[in-house]
Amino acid sequence: MSAAWLAIDGLGLTEGSTRIIDGVSLQLGAQRTVVLGPNGAGKSTLLRLIHGLLHPTGGSLRWPQTLSQAMVFQRPVMLRTTALANVIYGLKLKGHTATECEQLARQSLARVGLEGLAKRPARLLSGGEQQRVALARAWALEPQLLILDEPTASLDPASSREVERIINDIAASGARILMTTHNLGQARRIAEEIVFIDRGRIVEQTPVELFFTQPQTEAAQRFLKEESP
Amino acid sequence: MQEFNEPFVTAWQLVAGADSRLAGIVLLSLRVSLAATFIACVVGMPIGALLAVGRFPGRRTLIVLFNGLMGLPPVVVGLLIYLLLSRAGPLGQFGLLFSPTAMVIAQAVLVTPIVAALTRQVIADEWSEYREQLRSLGASRSRAAATLLWDGRFSLSTSALAGFGRAIAEVGAVMIVGGNIDGVTRVMTTTIALETSKGDLPLALALGFILIAVVLTINAVAYAMRGWAERHWG
Repeated sequence: MSAAWLAIDGLGLTEGSTRIIDGVSLQLGAQRTVVLGPNGAGKSTLLRLIHGLLHPTGGSLRWPQTLSQAMVFQRPVMLRTTALANVIYGLKLKGHTATECEQLARQSLARVGLEGLAKRPARLLSGGEQQRVALARAWALEPQLLILDEPTASLDPASSREVERIINDIAASGARILMTTHNLGQARRIAEEIVFIDRGRIVEQTPVELFFTQPQTEAAQRFLKEESP
Repeated sequence: MQEFNEPFVTAWQLVAGADSRLAGIVLLSLRVSLAATFIACVVGMPIGALLAVGRFPGRRTLIVLFNGLMGLPPVVVGLLIYLLLSRAGPLGQFGLLFSPTAMVIAQAVLVTPIVAALTRQVIADEWSEYREQLRSLGASRSRAAATLLWDGRFSLSTSALAGFGRAIAEVGAVMIVGGNIDGVTRVMTTTIALETSKGDLPLALALGFILIAVVLTINAVAYAMRGWAERHWG
């Protein structure tokens, strides 16, 4: 494993009396990490804490070097404007000039195979196309870390495969990938390393092949058995 | 029956003949209420957006206040603006009382809370959907408020039209600060009130028809616009 790009120490998030994230300590060093776990395990919450959308009630995140981040959500959030303008919006917030924005946005849409739909109203695109616009918007920012929360959960199989291909392309362009998914096949294809969590705690952190062939914990074995078709 | 029908016939003749006195009253009504609605939108929409998106002490109190102010009684607003603008009042030096400007001010005060409260509702709904994405992209709260105002433009136009509907149909405030002066500050609602009490039913009725037509048109436009927006932008 390469040197960690994020060290998480005793991270906790408590809401009322519920411990949603319960003392998570973790070193993330793989380029492509997939977080797995049953429903309500705290996967999405962990991603949001790492991305800074939520503030932990305990513990800390230590970044050896600051990484620029972008996040893609389960349900793509599209502004009521064109697909192109949605990509431009993210770039504009990062302070690019108008000409740069337009050029980078077009380039990014082309990379997700949507250059032909650039001028279409984003909200009228299909779910899969909207998610690709969201990926283009994130990719255009050239993030060093891309976080994806169940990016294919509401998509049909064909769209899922397309999104998966784009995630692999983004990884190939050098970004670190940290994502959650319910699709075990997808996890296996994308991940180098699996982080398995349950009830807000880290259960195991295992290289992908080992996780799927010889899970190290009983909880993970049970999870694989229940989730596998 | 003849007697009952007569005012309707005369009223229709006034409308159809584009009676100049009638036209003057209608145009003044539209001018005053459009100006008031414009001011209410310029002031009320940013307030509504900041109430939806912002985080500052007193936010909840302000939300309750603006929601409550939606039901402001027009006569009370009229009275307060009257006191402000009257000779002895703090703004008396400008000599605005009994002018169309005074009527615009009164209606703007009346409509701003409506626009602000409706805007807050629209933007709050959008904010719950967009919040994480906008924060992820690094938008500040004020930037997010501006983005959502633009994104919600079609729903917000309905808020503006609701404000306009309230302004154009309101009688108490403009009656008090305008004074209902013939040819100067006489609008549709105040004329209807006056002519009815004088017994000149045709003019009152003609204005009533036009007022209803204006209000119905507003709603039809709002409905059509939302449908169009839904089809074109989702």
